[in-house]
Amino acid sequence: MKKYLTFPNFMLAVGLLFLYIPIFSMVLYSFNNSRLVTVWDHANSPTLKWYAELFRNRAMLEAAWLSIRVAAMSASAAVVLGTLAGLVLARFGPFRGRALLQGLTTAPLVMPEVITGLSMLLLFVSLESVLAAFGIRFGRGILTITLAHITFTMAYVTVIVQSRLATFDDSLEEAALDLGARPAKVFFRITLPLIMPAILSGWLLAFTLSWDDVVVTQFVSGPGYNTLPMVVFSSVRRGVNPSVNALATLMVLVVAAGVVVSAVFMKRAEKKRERETRLAEAGL
Amino acid sequence: MSTRGTALDKPPGSGRVGPLWELFFRFGPPRWSEYIRRNWAGQRLVIAVPYLWLIVFFLVPFLIVLKISFAEFEPFGTPPYAPILRWLEDGAVQVKLLFGSYSYLLHEPLYVSAWLYSIKVALVSTLLCLLLAYPMAYAIARSSPTRRNVLLMLVILPFWTSFLLRVYAWIGLLKNDGVINNVLQWLGIIDEPVVMMNTSLAVYIGIVYSYLPFMILPLYANLEKHDLTLLEAAQDLGAGPVRSFLRITLPLSVPGVIAGSLLVFIPAVGEYVIPSLLGSSDQLMIAGLLSDEFNLNHDWPRACAVAIAMLLLLVGPMMIYQHFQNRELKVGRR
Amino acid sequence: MADKRNEKNKIEPWRDPHAKPYIQIDNITKKFGDFVAVNNVSLKIYQGEIFCLLGGSGCGKSTLLRMLAGFETPTAGGITLDGQDMAGIPPYERPVNMMFQSYALFPHMTVEKNVAFGLEQEGLTKAEIAARVSDMLERVKLGQFARRKPHQLSGGQRQRVALARSLVKRPKLLLLDEPLGALDRKLREHTQFELINIQEDLGVTFIVVTHDQEEAMTLASRIAVMNRGEIVQIGTPTEIYEFPTTKFVADFIGSVNMFEGRLIEDLPDRVRIQSGELGGVIFVDHGISSAPGITVWAAIRPEKIDIQRTPPADARENCVRGVVTEIAYMGDMSVYLVRIDSGKVVRVTLPNIERLSDDERIQWDETVYLSWHPGSPVIVTQ
Repeated sequence: MKKYLTFPNFMLAVGLLFLYIPIFSMVLYSFNNSRLVTVWDHANSPTLKWYAELFRNRAMLEAAWLSIRVAAMSASAAVVLGTLAGLVLARFGPFRGRALLQGLTTAPLVMPEVITGLSMLLLFVSLESVLAAFGIRFGRGILTITLAHITFTMAYVTVIVQSRLATFDDSLEEAALDLGARPAKVFFRITLPLIMPAILSGWLLAFTLSWDDVVVTQFVSGPGYNTLPMVVFSSVRRGVNPSVNALATLMVLVVAAGVVVSAVFMKRAEKKRERETRLAEAGL
Repeated sequence: MSTRGTALDKPPGSGRVGPLWELFFRFGPPRWSEYIRRNWAGQRLVIAVPYLWLIVFFLVPFLIVLKISFAEFEPFGTPPYAPILRWLEDGAVQVKLLFGSYSYLLHEPLYVSAWLYSIKVALVSTLLCLLLAYPMAYAIARSSPTRRNVLLMLVILPFWTSFLLRVYAWIGLLKNDGVINNVLQWLGIIDEPVVMMNTSLAVYIGIVYSYLPFMILPLYANLEKHDLTLLEAAQDLGAGPVRSFLRITLPLSVPGVIAGSLLVFIPAVGEYVIPSLLGSSDQLMIAGLLSDEFNLNHDWPRACAVAIAMLLLLVGPMMIYQHFQNRELKVGRR
Repeated sequence: MADKRNEKNKIEPWRDPHAKPYIQIDNITKKFGDFVAVNNVSLKIYQGEIFCLLGGSGCGKSTLLRMLAGFETPTAGGITLDGQDMAGIPPYERPVNMMFQSYALFPHMTVEKNVAFGLEQEGLTKAEIAARVSDMLERVKLGQFARRKPHQLSGGQRQRVALARSLVKRPKLLLLDEPLGALDRKLREHTQFELINIQEDLGVTFIVVTHDQEEAMTLASRIAVMNRGEIVQIGTPTEIYEFPTTKFVADFIGSVNMFEGRLIEDLPDRVRIQSGELGGVIFVDHGISSAPGITVWAAIRPEKIDIQRTPPADARENCVRGVVTEIAYMGDMSVYLVRIDSGKVVRVTLPNIERLSDDERIQWDETVYLSWHPGSPVIVTQ
């Protein structure tokens, strides 16, 4: 027991508490009857009334639907672009402009969102005036939000894919080339299937980042197009709101369920694989 | 030249596409065939797609911001700035670049204090984050492999839930009638609620809380690779645990410390949501000022100047970060 | 007579000046920056050979192999295969296949799909592909494992899949990168002979890269010993072993005792060397061509040295006295390390022909006399 009472372990426990207490408190108070959220109403709690109110809130539901659509579209496009960029940076030799590409793909990772948001908004404004000269009306809305989200989430996919390819055994690709497959075929039949887990986690990451984004979205969206984070943000600027607690609890449940399910799946697949390998080595 | 000819006689990919290519290569102009053959591999296309996207949607916008930052503010224009290039009657072009916005940023006390405050907040938050994250990463790196995966999952899990909602959670904790004050009063430790909301402290807590995983992961990645036999050797030579940590583990973990710190510091300088929700409205961070200039004053040139100035401030740390990132990733085959 | 010679030439085409080489490597050089990995190498390899590139790590053999496969472009020089210049031809268009050291089996495909992969580019029908695949799998005795995935196979089975996958395309040339390195000893011997049988059956030309001289000696029809990017000697296993041309080759293959000395008698049919290291004179019963008075080395293999308790009849030359310092009993033979009067340690191996009792066998610290036949030493001048 003594060996677990080290300083790092203590800090680890403190840190984990620090990470989870806010989440637990949010979840807890979502069942609190009082509108004051943090003042526990003993008489009438726990209650599900805020969940009901959440589902009656049309603005929130529409915003949620918009957010899901935007996140799904931008994650899918970001994965395609990010995988291409990751492939180029990990596999292609030096070419003119490589350094710039490297910079452009990883800058969004650390760039403050106000800058990205502002710059993309101004791009769309310029585009608007250019297209107006040709008589085409261009309004900001779901398209501009999606384009902006794709741009900053693809950086994350690029990093994931690039580092996965770095550890990828390239003798597999060489073997495929040697057997007569052209580079495109090698990519689609050999590389892609084997880096699929990384691509999937990239999609999930891009989805989460898009679903969650508030600053960039506020800049580039148009009137009438409110995403869920925008609605939540303007609501909580005015103070706590029990419906938001309910929303938070639902999200935590979904994420936790997803993580548990995937962990169980992966564990099972790993066990199966280990068993098969052992049997093979034993000569069966 | 003749050897080239032999290579071209065999068209790429004997098979279904073959016959057409064969004809082209046999009768087409040799230089064209070589050119197409070299580029047909599609490499150029693969590079072009993400490149073009990033240039159009990432680089060009910055250039637009740069351009507008030099423009003259027109309060009631749509857009609210005067064009930089003007075509005069005699066909000449007048370029009007104003540096007024920039000098304002450097002299106006509001801005100066915002710059300093932003940097200070980012530095303090980064330091606090490091002090908490380092022992956590260390503890995870030193646990058994199964436990390690569980711990990492626990650290990353909050990251997948909404960033906005987690910052919101702190409002509920830090308010005057929030959880922390309630508990402290209930325990009798304090009589009056402690003011924590809308203070710098709240901002520090918010930033440390949100960026903790970004500090833990690079540190963990570094610490996990350490060769533990080095520590054993040090202890064998008489160094106690503290000394061997300071002399061996700590120096070896510096790249992880730098990567994690930059990953927290750079976005923290430009953080908008956390100071907006948890911070005081008297002391704005630079991102808040940018938003106000743009949304409230509609002073686009000045807002753009702020953005460019932020970029200039952060470009140095960003390049250092990229340098460290590239060291981790392979740079590609010849 | 002529018939016999023609027969011999077919088995040893390199002796025939009219034979056309199947693979011609002309003055190939490969530089990585300033580092020269392969330095002006030229080789002629004939159809149906198992040709071995033998050398330690960093000698350039793997780079040369990769240039043959098309994964590296030579800095200078050219490669011709069956009359076709390989310059500028990418690996997927060469009639060359490679068996990788790690086997490089596609982990997400079954054995069948792995083997079939190479045939998909050749425009065959599905039925044809299936037929060729099952035929090849039978040949390597993996028929019943067709549906398995690589991680469900043992190391030896995986190697056979890799072999089947490369051979099913009936390439003109098969390149093997350390083919037996990952196998354990018993399996290695068995696989060596299997490889030779398959090669003879299919008539494919093999080029094998290895650092293991045993592997080279067993598999190869000819060996090229490489050192630091250059070819040091080319020959059959017998030629390399019995007639090394340099100290490096003599030392690299098997063990050898080297005695440095000076020529004191140089005649067409015999040579005498005064060796300080030996402390005596070495008499060799064949002539060597060299300048008079130069320093030479006499290389004598351990198995060619006789070890006795009593001095031989003629003890003036090709003989030395020493003390046994180490004995290693290997079961089928024994290795003796003998310190001779000059201080040098000589390695002698004796097959254990009879079962001797401890008294009869030579023991530690015994004084012994080493001697050898005049035909045994090989004289090298570099």
